[in-house]
Amino acid sequence: MITDALAGLGAHSLRVLRTFGRAALFFADLLVHVPAALRRFSLVVRQIHAIGNRSLLIILASGLAVGFVLALQMYYALVTYGATESLGLIVNLTLVRELGPVVTALLFAGRAGTSLTAEIGLMKAGEQLSAMEMMAVDPRSRVLAPRFVGGIISMPLLAVLFSAIGILGAWFVGVLLIGLDSGNFWSLMQSRVDVWRDVGNGVVKSFAFGIVCTAVALYQGYETQATPEGVAYATTRTVVVSSLSVLALDFMLTALMFSRP
Amino acid sequence: MRESAAQKTPAPGRYGRHGLPRRLKHDTLIELDHVTFGYEPSRTILDDLSLRFARGKVTAILGGSGSGKTTLLRLIGGIARASKGSVTFDGEIIDARDRSQLLRLRRRMGMLFQFGALFTDLTVFDNVAFPLREHSGLSEAMVRDIVLMKLHAVGLRGAADLRIAEVSGGMSRRIALARAIALDPDLIMYDEPFAGLDLISMGVAANLIRTLNGATGATSLVVSHDVPQCMAISDHVILMATGGRIVAQGTPAELMASADPETRQFVRGEPDGPIKFHYPARTLAEDYGLAEPAAEDAAA
Repeated sequence: MITDALAGLGAHSLRVLRTFGRAALFFADLLVHVPAALRRFSLVVRQIHAIGNRSLLIILASGLAVGFVLALQMYYALVTYGATESLGLIVNLTLVRELGPVVTALLFAGRAGTSLTAEIGLMKAGEQLSAMEMMAVDPRSRVLAPRFVGGIISMPLLAVLFSAIGILGAWFVGVLLIGLDSGNFWSLMQSRVDVWRDVGNGVVKSFAFGIVCTAVALYQGYETQATPEGVAYATTRTVVVSSLSVLALDFMLTALMFSRP
Repeated sequence: MRESAAQKTPAPGRYGRHGLPRRLKHDTLIELDHVTFGYEPSRTILDDLSLRFARGKVTAILGGSGSGKTTLLRLIGGIARASKGSVTFDGEIIDARDRSQLLRLRRRMGMLFQFGALFTDLTVFDNVAFPLREHSGLSEAMVRDIVLMKLHAVGLRGAADLRIAEVSGGMSRRIALARAIALDPDLIMYDEPFAGLDLISMGVAANLIRTLNGATGATSLVVSHDVPQCMAISDHVILMATGGRIVAQGTPAELMASADPETRQFVRGEPDGPIKFHYPARTLAEDYGLAEPAAEDAAA
């Protein structure tokens, strides 16, 4: 009984380790093929359009909604202390440092990540990747690497747009609806938000999230079982693994970037 | 006529696509030497298989489902790697771990996949142009001419601008065929080229395989269940059974005249014979829970 349990645990541990090993090798392989993708940048541009442009609507709509809600919640909290003039500053820091990169990454995993996994998985199921290999075309250079680079480029752009539209949403609620002073809203933001420390670190975060989310989505698609249920399972795993990775990575990056006051 | 008989057909004295004579070192283009393969360690698909494929000939590989015909093509293309034994292409042992060798050799191969494997995000034209754009370095005007020529050969020049979602299954197979021959390869592998085709398309496809082989001097391997079509177009036929066992091989006439019960059953499509239709199972009485009268009597 105990021996069986130990054997089961050992087998499970080996499976997990094997998965990590395969994922690490896959990631290294992707990096090796990035130069090939950069040499044919038109393929990358097509992916930026497919991944980034088509995610724009959900990112902008979510950013605006988050800006609205954030401004209201902050106002209710700040009005107690008579500090409503700080609304713009707080909303801005929250968005550019945290919510912008993190929420964009979570939405990206749900919208673009699943789409990438399903696309690669179905290409595998339909033997398109094997056909490419048989035509002496390496699918890692032709299919995976351009999507990887496209995802990495798209994510920071989407995160910046998310934060920008969120700030505009907060301005709409704070200034136009609640009636706060517009000059205060913008000037405090201008004087207290540091481009490199706050905006820059936010962009670095979203860049890191772009690498993680895109690599996870491609790995899940490439390693999927070539069956309808295999593809369905892989897309679900993409969302779960990407989201958990983003949240864990966000904690680590925040601790590294903002540990000094 | 039994296993591993080398084919003694002379190589054709044709010219390769670069205007140079094809290599005439020997008659054999592909050789499998004691190959064993399984997708899982517990399930062997091909067991100690040895075969040779003659250069410039149409060889049909027939056999029941699960006999390893498609796997054989995948081994030759380097998509799968033999766990034992070796696969040799034009005198060079294929090493599936050596990507640069694989890419080099695959430029000399074309493969028609069972379900076409067309790129669904591209048009018909772009699918056929894909290998040319990737490898040939030809101008776009030249690519256009070649693509239209290949599409004309399969009767689909008029469908060049259609998207893959707009074409039927039979058309997909013909487009895939046009793509497979786009670079005029030395070896063309056809995986079930007749499946799902109507009678007219089937006849056209069979003629096309034969004509292409004659016109380009390529070696063709046809994996199929369609005995009449394969017998009509092949120079040599190999009949495979489960585990990659070679039941028989020879010319179509030899196989049709064979007295071997297994060969006769397969080529004539007879339901009874050494090849069982039913997967091994318990008896019907056991599955339906019906007591055996004799056993009941004995118990009483």
